[in-house]
Amino acid sequence: MSQASQDTAIRTGRVTRTLIYLVLLLFGLFYLLPLYVMLVNSVKPLEEITGGGMMNLPQVFTLEPWLKAWSSAQIGVDPTGLKPYFWNSIKMVVPAVIVSTILGALNGYVLTKWRFKYDTILFGLMLFACFIPFQIVLIPMARMLGLMGLAGTTWGLALVHVVYGIGFTTLYFRNYYAVFPTELIRAAQIDGAGFFQIFWRILLPSSGPIAVVSIIWQFTNIWNDFLFGASFADANSQPMTVALNNLVQSSTGVKEYNVHFAGAILAAMPTLLVYIVAGRYFVRGLMAGSVKG
Amino acid sequence: MGFLDIDNATKSYGAVEVLHKVDISVQEGEFLVLVGPSGCGKSTLLNMIAGLEEITSGEIRIKDQVMNGVHPSNRNIAMVFQSYALYPNMTVGQNITFGLEMHGVPKPEREKAMAEVAKLLQIEQLLDRKPGQLSGGQRQRVAMGRALVRNPDVFLFDEPLSNLDAKLRVDMRTEIKKLHQNLGTTIVYVTHDQIEAMTLSSRIAVMNGGYVQQLGTPQEIYDTPANIFVATFMGSPAMNVVPAKVVVLNGRPHAEVAVHDGSMTQLPFSQDNLAAWDGREILLGIRPETITDMDGADRKSSNIAQMGNRIVVTEPAGSDTFVSMQLGGRDVIARMRSDAEVAPGQDFTFAVNMEKAVAFDPESEMRITP
Repeated sequence: MSQASQDTAIRTGRVTRTLIYLVLLLFGLFYLLPLYVMLVNSVKPLEEITGGGMMNLPQVFTLEPWLKAWSSAQIGVDPTGLKPYFWNSIKMVVPAVIVSTILGALNGYVLTKWRFKYDTILFGLMLFACFIPFQIVLIPMARMLGLMGLAGTTWGLALVHVVYGIGFTTLYFRNYYAVFPTELIRAAQIDGAGFFQIFWRILLPSSGPIAVVSIIWQFTNIWNDFLFGASFADANSQPMTVALNNLVQSSTGVKEYNVHFAGAILAAMPTLLVYIVAGRYFVRGLMAGSVKG
Repeated sequence: MGFLDIDNATKSYGAVEVLHKVDISVQEGEFLVLVGPSGCGKSTLLNMIAGLEEITSGEIRIKDQVMNGVHPSNRNIAMVFQSYALYPNMTVGQNITFGLEMHGVPKPEREKAMAEVAKLLQIEQLLDRKPGQLSGGQRQRVAMGRALVRNPDVFLFDEPLSNLDAKLRVDMRTEIKKLHQNLGTTIVYVTHDQIEAMTLSSRIAVMNGGYVQQLGTPQEIYDTPANIFVATFMGSPAMNVVPAKVVVLNGRPHAEVAVHDGSMTQLPFSQDNLAAWDGREILLGIRPETITDMDGADRKSSNIAQMGNRIVVTEPAGSDTFVSMQLGGRDVIARMRSDAEVAPGQDFTFAVNMEKAVAFDPESEMRITP
């Protein structure tokens, strides 16, 4: 692909070119610096950090901070490490991502292929969900969760994220399905497929790229969310982000920077993984429908 | 009572009526083509037969069963779409059997039906491929296979050939015609291509502006068009329509038309009833192929008129040579043999087969019927 494509860049002299690459390299290093600091310091004993030389490579390599952050660091009152909270996050993220994506797909399907009166207005209203600031919904949401008996539970948190995410997922799928040929739906109707059969058998199998977009978007947003986690979860259902904060912010004892760094990397790992695995589909999905073919 | 009855069918969107009281009765085994320009309502009518669009008033019956409000899948129809509408995520085989699966046909029977259809359309080697891996012609075949496998009462085709390149279109046209002859199925076929309409149909409904302008066999439509729209829409190049005046000479009505220099020439009509129009203006319709050189004139015709006129442009097209001239103040095209000896600027004696000429009322634009 890259070999076949022609070099259409403006021809520049060797000196300018070297300069450009130099500047780019500097920027690259600049952006990678925090990751370097985190990685390097997470595998050092604490004395090496407190003794200065944050940028130095470790003299003694140790995985002790990682193990401590994962399983024995003091989070709140218990020395549990981040492990239980990591699973809390997983238990919240996985159902929330799946449900909000499927509901978004269903909404997109109805809004494009089963048009009804005022459907564009309804869609416009749903788009508002993308712009509502988190803070506004905190108190009404807390009240609703209380009424539903879901306050302080992982399920309650998952529900909050599903509700908040539907606006985005609906937007993605609606725009994707808007260019999906309606003749296919009609053909399936003549073939005798019902509403959900068309959805499961025809539409969803063709939605790969946009589903990836929706999953990445939802996964990163929900995983990284702090405010809802801090507001609606109790000590046993806190997600990873809140636990990380508790780990770093604990005011007693020695500040174990190496453990903090390891914990922060642990907390960032899943989103990084999702990007690495599915990232190339992300751009593809975002571009889908914008150009023909 | 036909096999498929469209009885006073009307379609409106809000206050706008797009189809006005369409009345067509299709016999079993008939090949009906709905033809017309874009926006004439032909696809809407087809979708109403399919049940994809509701019918505002009137009735559609298949085998005497009223179809209003019946779900598309329960009408025992099959449709071939313009884009073929093959499910991209399924293989060819799954595409063909999807409808049967949805109707609860057991797997062994589905496989058998699929094998038969695949053999008929010669797509056996494609059954495991995805639609994305097929060429246009192959997709077309699969789309037809999907329709055929259900063994429906009525086949509906919505401009199925318009996405193919010119050569393939002609091949597939022949293939559809063959299929119809072999299977004897009832087909309703929508197209905007008048050649497709002429070649395929056993009857044509020419539509414009939501009205059926004329319903008849291809021959009727071509030779005795009901009005100027039908006359000029069907046929390529289009029928020449020129202003003329009826004069009665020796007891026979003639069309008096101005040639290139403004002088008048008289062409005798075969229809005696036009004598009633003596002295009045009409519009004279002449098909290009009925204007020829004297040697190329139809020997069976009983009414060949001679007309002197000047040739403006000649366009040799290989099989024919198109010659344009001025007649009645308009450009008129004649279709001649390729070896006719003609040159631009030449004064030439044309032979006009007036047996085939038609006359229209300039006010109503309807053909003046004998």
